[in-house]
Amino acid sequence: MKPPVFQYHDPRTLREALELLRSYGGEAKVLAGGQSLVPLLNLRLVRPKALVDINRIGELDYIEEEDGWVRIGAVARQRTAERSDLVRSRVPLLAQALRWVGHPPIRNRGTVCGSLAHADPAAELGAVAAALDARFVIQNLDHQRVVGPEAFFVTYLTTCLEPDEILVEVRFPTSRPGWSWAFEEVSVRHGDYALAAVAAGVRLEDGRVVDARLAYAGMGPVPVRLQEAEAALLAASSFEGGLKAAAEEAMGRLQPDGDLHASSEFRRHLAAALTRRALRRAYAAMGGVR
Amino acid sequence: MNEPTRTVTLRVNGAPKTLTVPVRKTLADALREDLGLTGTHIGCEHGVCGACTVLLDAKPVRSCLLFAVQAEGHEVTTVEALGTPDRLHPLQQAFRECHALQCGFCTPGFLMTLVAFLEENPTPSRQEIREAIAGNLCRCTGYQHIVDAVERAAQRMRA
Repeated sequence: MKPPVFQYHDPRTLREALELLRSYGGEAKVLAGGQSLVPLLNLRLVRPKALVDINRIGELDYIEEEDGWVRIGAVARQRTAERSDLVRSRVPLLAQALRWVGHPPIRNRGTVCGSLAHADPAAELGAVAAALDARFVIQNLDHQRVVGPEAFFVTYLTTCLEPDEILVEVRFPTSRPGWSWAFEEVSVRHGDYALAAVAAGVRLEDGRVVDARLAYAGMGPVPVRLQEAEAALLAASSFEGGLKAAAEEAMGRLQPDGDLHASSEFRRHLAAALTRRALRRAYAAMGGVR
Repeated sequence: MNEPTRTVTLRVNGAPKTLTVPVRKTLADALREDLGLTGTHIGCEHGVCGACTVLLDAKPVRSCLLFAVQAEGHEVTTVEALGTPDRLHPLQQAFRECHALQCGFCTPGFLMTLVAFLEENPTPSRQEIREAIAGNLCRCTGYQHIVDAVERAAQRMRA
């Protein structure tokens, strides 16, 4: 179908964009890459009075490193991030996960911040943000606030963003020495939404796992970090034992919904299998031997 | 509510174009209706089928998910720029030889996706080709012949 009638604004500065959002009092939507919003418009599932297109705001188009964080502005494309040497070297988990987001034509337009702000719980980037404890920089005309993933993701397709606010930046902590990361997913076809996906990280000292991160997409209304599974991995006396224990925690604690594509039980099965697969790959990449 | 319109200037297949369109008109519709470039096909209109894929500044994008006003100042390349009936692009030639199309509806989207793909990866494996076309739906061929055609075109373009 065709989108409903709307007013269109393409401001050149963040301030103008924030003023527009304020002036429409909640009846305007922010248009970034448009890979989620435009389908919703075309299907007439949303009917905003106006679109505030932020694509021409040059000050929001950046990927840069500062004080242990990689900062990604609201207009930075997924494909740009995927190919960025900075992202590949400093936030390798994000670079890995981006390859699973849609298809190259989608990633050429879609933005990192836009995917996060859309908050589809099956989206890869939410799991990455949860695993890395990313920071979300949120701004309106009067103030800026910075929140973590637990505060940002509220439920299906819902974040803590107010109608006059823009997610202007997301910050991912740079990977520290000793850490190794792996992203694994099962989807119906490459590029489809995840039936289940895991973002995993391990830190090794003398060949032993001393720290870990495990977060999931497709496992309920928001991305889930599973600290119980991380703890189970660390507590085990052998790596193989840790894998088993972490997978059991994932199987036991995650509560995904079932749908047309996969039952809840099958999704939990996938989560457990992907937990083992991702941890093995991260471990092997550090020269760990099973 | 009055339908807001805007005048847009862009380059299409190398030529400057100026058109006045409703702001909600997608680039796909503007290409077809305002510029007469009906090679770009419209399938699902929500970014799933890939039939409307064109190049925006040499990168493949879904033209049904982009408003024509957003193309202001940009360069758009459509399937019309690829080859002519007498002188097909190597991908078009290979599609014809390998039976990579039947009804042809999805073909322009496949071609535009693949032109950009082969530029990035001139020596793809069959698996890489399958992943490259995962965002384009074809209901006729079953894809095997499309993968064959891409392999053949890649070989010729390397030679």
